[in-house]
Amino acid sequence: MDWLDTFWSTYSTLVLSLGTNVLLALSIYLTLSCGMLTVANAAFMGLGAYTAASLTLKSGMALWPALVGGVFLPVIIALAIGRPTLRLSGVYLAMATLAFGEVVRIIILNSEEVTGGALGLNAIPQLTEWYDVAAAFGIALYVLLRLAQSRIGRTMLAIAQDETATELMGLNVRAYKLFAFVAGAGLAGLAGGLNAHFTFFISPNEYGFDRGVEILAMGVLGGTGSPWGAVVGGVLITLLPEVLRGLGDYRPLINGVILIVIILYSPKGLWELFRLARPNLAKTAL
Amino acid sequence: MLTQQLVNAISLGGVYALFALGFTLVFGVLGVVNLAHGALFMLGAYAALQAVLIFQLPLLAAIVVAMLVTAAGGWLLDKFIFAPLRARQAPHLAPMIATIGLAIALNSTIQGLFGAQNLRFPAEVLPTDRLRLGAVHITWLEVEIIVLAIALMAVLLWGLKKTQVGRALRGLAESVKATALVGVDVEGLFRATSLVASLLGGVAGVLIALYSNAVYPSMGQPMLHKGIAVVILGGMGDIRGALLGGFFLGFAEVFSVAYIGSTMRDAVAFGLLFTILLLRPQGLFGRAAQRRA
Repeated sequence: MDWLDTFWSTYSTLVLSLGTNVLLALSIYLTLSCGMLTVANAAFMGLGAYTAASLTLKSGMALWPALVGGVFLPVIIALAIGRPTLRLSGVYLAMATLAFGEVVRIIILNSEEVTGGALGLNAIPQLTEWYDVAAAFGIALYVLLRLAQSRIGRTMLAIAQDETATELMGLNVRAYKLFAFVAGAGLAGLAGGLNAHFTFFISPNEYGFDRGVEILAMGVLGGTGSPWGAVVGGVLITLLPEVLRGLGDYRPLINGVILIVIILYSPKGLWELFRLARPNLAKTAL
Repeated sequence: MLTQQLVNAISLGGVYALFALGFTLVFGVLGVVNLAHGALFMLGAYAALQAVLIFQLPLLAAIVVAMLVTAAGGWLLDKFIFAPLRARQAPHLAPMIATIGLAIALNSTIQGLFGAQNLRFPAEVLPTDRLRLGAVHITWLEVEIIVLAIALMAVLLWGLKKTQVGRALRGLAESVKATALVGVDVEGLFRATSLVASLLGGVAGVLIALYSNAVYPSMGQPMLHKGIAVVILGGMGDIRGALLGGFFLGFAEVFSVAYIGSTMRDAVAFGLLFTILLLRPQGLFGRAAQRRA
């Protein structure tokens, strides 16, 4: 199995980030499928990364207990800000979460004793193995697929279609939205924690606006009709820069153009195209 | 010292107001949160810089070049992104996401063409004379920034208030359908709005580039965040609110750096923004918007 070792030593980081990026795409799928555009996922990812990394680095915790911490903090914060924030809708919600993300980044940047400030946290133990990422990915995807088929998933779709009508049917729209927001935050935190334990180093700027946009691009590219859309989007956005390595500085250009083209020509994402191309699948998935 | 800070605050605030004006105009008329506004701002700065470096143009001519380039950018933006989405009646978040794509694309193109490093205007094109008003020294650059910013705002406000086009635009912000019914070329107005708004953003870009003498590909991003803060402060789509908000932010920044220190400055600005959104999403001066079904 020599070739496998060579492959792994070259591409392990890529394969692992494939997993964590798909988790991030799933985290934004949760809110997008509810019709909410929140761009705080990068901040929640950062909170998870810093919490988990501090736990292993400073208290010598094992990976999974630290990951629990990395999920816990974003969830608590999302619960706290969720209730007032989710009263906003549309662009106001997007702006508020953007501002929140920026506040989190600046606070991380300025709390030097805890976070290392602009220098970030260094020498984070390399604890994430492929099976950790695979397990997290498998469980998240399974749960979300089941969720999409369940009463909760259908209600979330209904909210995205028409919030007022859903509310008039006697469903507690706010609770469902809060659930989507908090679950998304937890998932982003999990991705952040996993990610921090194979990148060796984290700094506040990794969790800024650019990362938020990248996560959004994954969600929009794949489409929000099904968790599979998020998987497709996450995989493509991660692999694209590798494929386009020759383009150098122009690589983000392709990301941007893809985002525009998808919005213009296939607003429901790539997964929808795929489903339409195979009518049988469309029937079963609905 | 205090008057010196006042001059700084007015020139910085003027540029913020100019930038926010374009941003709020697009939101008010087209209903789009244009997250590429920061990239157009950056484009304006690069256009002026290249005009000076390559064609050896004087500063004012370079500003005109920047206006032309960003106006063309705004026209293209509406023609190829906003108009098709309008025609399809896409949900209002679609154009916003498309402008994110445009912002990334523009940033990486500029970075690919001119590099990520900080570029400067050659010292000989910058006016160095100082105006003495008692104990205060104002550079001609600051005078030009303030005059240009205020002149542009005055023209815009006068145009919106008094001209036929301005009336049509205000009508458009109220109801697209009704405005179309009275025979206004709605599509043309949308395109003109996008053009004017991005021109304003481009001029703001040149002015900030001159003010801090720094031009770099990602310069639009902090500005975009500030612009968002300003228009939310003033109420989205509210022209006067954008002006007041712009000057408010200029004053807040200059005086907090002067008297508090600079470390947590941005956190305070965004914390304020976040709080305003939660408590008064219609802005400090706005009325509650009616719910549109």
